[in-house]
Amino acid sequence: MADAGRAGVGVTNPSPVLELAHVSKSFVGVRALQDVDFRLRPGQVHALVGENGAGKSTLIKVATGVYHPDAGEIRLDGSPVHFASPLAAQEAGISTIYQEINLVPLMSVARNLYLNREPRRFGLIDAARMRRDARRVLREYGVNVNVARPLRELGLGAQQMVAIARAVQIDARVVIMDEPTSSLEHREVETLFGVIERLRHQGIAILYVSHRLDELFRICDAVTVMRDGRVVHTGAMRDLDRLHLVSLMLGRDIAEVRRHGTTDFGSAHHIGDRPVLRAENLSSRRVLQDVSLEVRPGEVVGLGGLLGAGRSETAKAVVGALHTEAGRIEVDGAQVRRNSTAAAIRAGAVLLPEDRKSEGIVPNLSVRENIVLAALPRISRAGLVTRAKQDEIVDYFMKRLRIKASSPEQKVGELSGGNQQKVLLARWLCLNPKVLLLDEPTRGIDVGAKAEVQGVIDELAKDGLGVVLISSELEELIEGSNRVVVLKDGRKVGELTGDQVSEDALMQSLAQAPGGTPRTDG
Amino acid sequence: MSSSVAPGTTSVDTGSAAEGTATRSARRGERLSALAQQQGGLVTLVVVFVGACLFSGGFASTDNFNSILVGNAYTSLLALGMTFVIISGGIDLSVGSVFALGGVLAGWGTLHGGTAVAIVLPLAAGAAMGLVQGLLIAYARLAPFIVTLAGLLFARGALQAITNEGSQTNHVPQNSAFLAMGNGTWAPVLTAVALFVLGGVVLQRTGFGQALFAVGGNENAALLMGLPVARTKVLVYVLSGVLACGAGMLNASRLGAGITNIGVGYELAAIAAVVIGGTLLTGGAGSITGTASGVLLLAVIQNLIGVHLSQYGSSASDLVNGLFLAVVVLLQTLITRRRRLV
Repeated sequence: MADAGRAGVGVTNPSPVLELAHVSKSFVGVRALQDVDFRLRPGQVHALVGENGAGKSTLIKVATGVYHPDAGEIRLDGSPVHFASPLAAQEAGISTIYQEINLVPLMSVARNLYLNREPRRFGLIDAARMRRDARRVLREYGVNVNVARPLRELGLGAQQMVAIARAVQIDARVVIMDEPTSSLEHREVETLFGVIERLRHQGIAILYVSHRLDELFRICDAVTVMRDGRVVHTGAMRDLDRLHLVSLMLGRDIAEVRRHGTTDFGSAHHIGDRPVLRAENLSSRRVLQDVSLEVRPGEVVGLGGLLGAGRSETAKAVVGALHTEAGRIEVDGAQVRRNSTAAAIRAGAVLLPEDRKSEGIVPNLSVRENIVLAALPRISRAGLVTRAKQDEIVDYFMKRLRIKASSPEQKVGELSGGNQQKVLLARWLCLNPKVLLLDEPTRGIDVGAKAEVQGVIDELAKDGLGVVLISSELEELIEGSNRVVVLKDGRKVGELTGDQVSEDALMQSLAQAPGGTPRTDG
Repeated sequence: MSSSVAPGTTSVDTGSAAEGTATRSARRGERLSALAQQQGGLVTLVVVFVGACLFSGGFASTDNFNSILVGNAYTSLLALGMTFVIISGGIDLSVGSVFALGGVLAGWGTLHGGTAVAIVLPLAAGAAMGLVQGLLIAYARLAPFIVTLAGLLFARGALQAITNEGSQTNHVPQNSAFLAMGNGTWAPVLTAVALFVLGGVVLQRTGFGQALFAVGGNENAALLMGLPVARTKVLVYVLSGVLACGAGMLNASRLGAGITNIGVGYELAAIAAVVIGGTLLTGGAGSITGTASGVLLLAVIQNLIGVHLSQYGSSASDLVNGLFLAVVVLLQTLITRRRRLV
């Protein structure tokens, strides 16, 4: 393959504003960054890609003063700098938008936007002006809300927009965006791209981290690919194609990537006739109205819809985690009591939640403990669980799901996102479920792990499990599902089967669906 | 669902007209519950106060009002400091002991140095107590509960040591200028009001105040935003220590002596007032006006109990206050849960 790297980014190649030269960083025995060179130039959007654990986060944290490099130096406008703290980096004009929204939910929108740099009058904070300014600024970002209300009342997308607005408002010369679109709706992503375009014209350097390849090719000028703590490629975005980029990230042959496709869902397999899950007319105050869903053994049913359409809510309602006022749920022909997660789990319907951090893993427990957590009541005899039995189960799933951990005793919090997800999956699988509901199973995990998780989902379906899949990535949803149920505003508005399961058809279905306009606050 | 809300009755000033009535009623419900949480103390205070004026003979008199206000002016300062601490996500159990220590130090000061010493010494001691506790909490990352519990014991021990195991009371000399501070009705009340107003301004209109909300609301975010998290935490305990010790000093000026066995359990009353005032025990939200309502509400209830249930003694007052606190926290929790569901 032709190496396009080192060729330079283009005719206009202004000198870098931020530069990392030969930077290394280790954590107790693990080398997170090794001799990394990285340059950010004004007016350019620079993509930073790599699998989880490739060192992207560490690089960002070194550049923003959260970590200090063990070796090498950071240069700002060519001269070496040392950022003692995130504040020092901010004052030097480096502004960061983190993947997990780092704002204060209980404080008002306006106060979040101006925290630590509030407009003053006679030495005191000028609250009225702050609100006025906040309203004006946020309008540019398509966020029309009452800025005096607490931030947490906003949808995730709008919160992310506030974080972005905040980062840009600081007189930034470098803006670092870590997965900024992971909680944004399509419309909001467009707004963000508009903002990025504006920043580029103002000569601000942007470091853009994303797993979404489409975005990278659309807005990035340059790209740096990292793998195992090293930079494996730097060059112009346009000199790479998708396949090339993926092969660089994975360190695999292009041919291999081509053979596997960009998702790892397999071909068709046998689907049973009798539904293993039948949910009828689920209704929940304000969020769901008469949603019905049927899944047969071996079938993957996708839930399509925009943010706030009621996809997660439907999944939660099925397993009793969201209160429903009406409806009927059957698992394997037997009716299940609504509003009881215990009943749902007993019946064999389990949900892998969207937010693994807060709803799933227990970071301080080991892989083994996390896996057997839900299964404990079943495998215990007279309240005691033999260690041998535990080890057997854990061993089986670690192999089957290819969980990468130093040992079953490693703390789950130390694993990568993809492996955490697999641990969660293993936890539910040892309950021998009949229906598996997966809410964004691959969000925030890297390309390689994603493919593995997708492969696992496929295998599970082949084994006769009924699967409900929620994904905001169209490609994943379309390639992974045998059938797609389309939701909008908490109602089922369509269903795609057979050849209809395509991106075009889904988007048409979304566009045509009757009903109110999408919620503005997510 | 839509039948519950008539078109056009919404008070929401944001959002498009196309928004569903469901969302609108949801928002209105959310605002009501937010209001109930923030101003619940004030509303209850007004209700109880009006009720007491109408139905309780002897309650509505200038003398009684004066005694409520003066009797609670200095202890209210503990609640003021506690508001800051709790908003920052901490707790300060030492304030009751520090309050007593302030009085004892002031009394000792008048005897051994004069008025200036009697004023400066307690303030400095309160600051030092707060500083040490704050440093331990912010930098050594010890739990505030433990650190300030140690502070409670330490301050109590210190004042015992000064007063020969509490047997010796430092009486302020009759001719001392120190006595002028606590004289009359207006001095204590105006001091408290002024400090509360100042506290409100600090909380809402200064960087320190904003940092407090941020630290209590999401410490990690505060760090990443470059806020001085550790310094803010230290300052908040210094502030609480100074207020508590200063309040004790003022109280000694009023009483004319540094009483040794005063202040036991005052920290709990302060926490109760703060929580009733709508400040979240988990930190990140709260207000000075809320705390003022909380202090007054507890004071009025105590007064009513004193008037009507005096035959049951102080146990009745504690019973009612305890029940009241439980109900408030229960309501707060229900409201927060409800809001999270929306």
